[in-house]
Amino acid sequence: MPQNEYMERHRKLYGRRLDYEERKRKKEARLPKERARKARKLRGIKAKLFNKERRNEKIQIKKKIQAHEEKKVKKQDEKVEDGALPHYLLDRGIQSSAKVLSNMIKQKRKEKAGKWDVPIPKVRAQSDAEVFKVLRTGKTKRKAWKRMVTKVTFVGENFTRKPPKFERFIRPMALRMKKAHVTHPELKATFHLPIIGVKKNPSSPMFTSLGVITKGTVIEVNISELGLVTQTGKVVWGKYAQVTNNPENDGVINAILLV
Amino acid sequence: MFAKKQKIENEAEIKVTPHTLQARLISDTGEEAGPPIDLPAGITTQQLGLICNALLKNEEATPYLFFVGEDEIKKSLEETLDLSTVDTENVIDIVYQPQAVFKVRPVTRCTSSMPGHAEAIVSLHFSPDGRHLASGSGDTTVRLWDLNTETPHYTCSGHKQWVLCVAWSPDGKRLASACKAGNIIIWDPETGKQVGRNLSGHKKHINGLAWEPYHLNPECRRLASASSDGDCRVWDVKLGQCLFNIAGHTNAVTAVRWGGTGLIYTSSKDRSVKMWRAADGILCRTFSGHAHWVNNIALSTDYVLRTGPFQPVNTRQEAQAQVDQNSEDMRAAALKRYQAVCPDEVESLVSCSDDNTLYLWRNNANKCVQRMTGHQNVVNDVKYSPDVKLIASASFDKSVRLWRAHDGQFIATFRGHVQAVYTLAWSADSRLIVSGSKDSTLKVWSVQTKKLAQELPGHADEVFGVDWAPDGSRVASAGKDKVIKLWAH
Repeated sequence: MPQNEYMERHRKLYGRRLDYEERKRKKEARLPKERARKARKLRGIKAKLFNKERRNEKIQIKKKIQAHEEKKVKKQDEKVEDGALPHYLLDRGIQSSAKVLSNMIKQKRKEKAGKWDVPIPKVRAQSDAEVFKVLRTGKTKRKAWKRMVTKVTFVGENFTRKPPKFERFIRPMALRMKKAHVTHPELKATFHLPIIGVKKNPSSPMFTSLGVITKGTVIEVNISELGLVTQTGKVVWGKYAQVTNNPENDGVINAILLV
Repeated sequence: MFAKKQKIENEAEIKVTPHTLQARLISDTGEEAGPPIDLPAGITTQQLGLICNALLKNEEATPYLFFVGEDEIKKSLEETLDLSTVDTENVIDIVYQPQAVFKVRPVTRCTSSMPGHAEAIVSLHFSPDGRHLASGSGDTTVRLWDLNTETPHYTCSGHKQWVLCVAWSPDGKRLASACKAGNIIIWDPETGKQVGRNLSGHKKHINGLAWEPYHLNPECRRLASASSDGDCRVWDVKLGQCLFNIAGHTNAVTAVRWGGTGLIYTSSKDRSVKMWRAADGILCRTFSGHAHWVNNIALSTDYVLRTGPFQPVNTRQEAQAQVDQNSEDMRAAALKRYQAVCPDEVESLVSCSDDNTLYLWRNNANKCVQRMTGHQNVVNDVKYSPDVKLIASASFDKSVRLWRAHDGQFIATFRGHVQAVYTLAWSADSRLIVSGSKDSTLKVWSVQTKKLAQELPGHADEVFGVDWAPDGSRVASAGKDKVIKLWAH
């Protein structure tokens, strides 16, 4: 290890050799040949490492040359982009908020037909046996008219249970959910939104009326906090979304908004 | 015993509230209309108007607004004044404000939707005489529209990028448009052809254009442009070259205005508003105070300078007569109109900013007159009313606010939009405001009632530009849905 910067000091005091520049130039001029010789001679792992390094160097040089060439040519006109914005919005970094407006008439028509263009078109049908668990009642447990829903359900705010004697379907408290994670497919953002109701469970109309939420179910969610607006300038508050996961397994509801 | 006596006295006082009051009518600049007069306490605004017209010896009856202190007299004097507290011995000052003789009727329906642009429309502007409409769009064209038949007139293509600004020269014979690439093109609205060559020099997109006022130079040769590269350039349109470059801002220049006394005002994202001499571009004054980007400025003389020599008229013949005048008459008319609004050559300007405030400035003082707070989000647009009595500001907090122009006092908030309000426009009689918003609607607000006068749904997407024709006959709006809509009564 050198002690102190004695070489620099010497250089400062006495200067370099008189032929320093000349020697340096020659050395540099010889360098490529030297390296090429080395590349030819090396074998094994050393050759591999060395070649990799050379390759990277060459890429860098090529890039640099290209960049210099580009500077010389006159720039082509930029392409005209879509989604023009007025000057007062240009530097605000507004993400291209997707077309949020929906055609209300179209949606109404779909609603009537009960058909939506949904992200998950085919869902495995849930059988009654899967969704309901038979509860045996009566003193000797002979009666089997009572069912317990084993899937996630949405139960409206003002629902009160019937007296046990008349309650055919039990919807357990633990499987009731009020909110869903809804993804807006164009904004690519997810919001935690309250559920308004179950629009359609594809398996059976009875599940729909019971509010059973399984994969593929279309639910109505409250999107007023997204601030979407209709053509008349009113805030849209209810919109449909399709459930994309198995809520009974995951403990949450994930859904995609139907735009 | 003493308390009882006082009570009796109080009752006596209430009973003897006089039925006449000594009052004096004063204009808002402080001139008295006549000697103090005895007025019955129950006098109505109509009666006050008659008296005021008689005192001022008006040939035509002018409508007036009356104020006592801060309060407007809406129905009668006794309803506005609390007679039990006012000292009835003194003379009461009633301030009268003349209103425009003509009345603009609120727009209520969409007369036509004019498709044509292939991309979002980002700017539109009526010509000063109200006979043409120009729009600039993201499809790189400027379109001129025929207002009589409400059909497209000319498509002017020449830009290579989004057309961000369009501005009419004050004589209405030239149209300047500026694009995102930084080029300015001058068009002839009669033929739809380009005049001269491209004015290029800006390195970034252009945020605003301002023509030299008509009364300073009826030739309409000079044009100022504000760009995001931090420069403001002044161009000679005839020669097609840049006269000089004003490079004093350190960040993007967001707006430019050419005042009526040979001054150019610019606002910038470097948080300042600056005033320059238009003859040579020397810095005259810097107005600083804002804490964030300044988004826009408005001059008290904006409306007069925009309309130049053209007055709102009723018939087509009158409009034609205005156009047919020789330039010297027109210049005199423009100067007269300018002096009526700004007699002492002190222009005031108001700037709106990202720091949610507005500042009111006068061009003869460095210090601001008033800092106007209240908005809860970015204030994007501000406009003086044509009679220079009021200021309206549009903000991203979904509201439009109304301020008094001479001291910047807050008057009212107009709420109703459900999304950010982008722009607004005043009607020529200063009684109505129209605002365009992100929520795809236009709303017409009444200044008198401080309420929503009309809701105008119809656009399918965000509204970027709104303009009220200088003659008040129609409103044009356009936005992201690529359609220009015209609205009328």
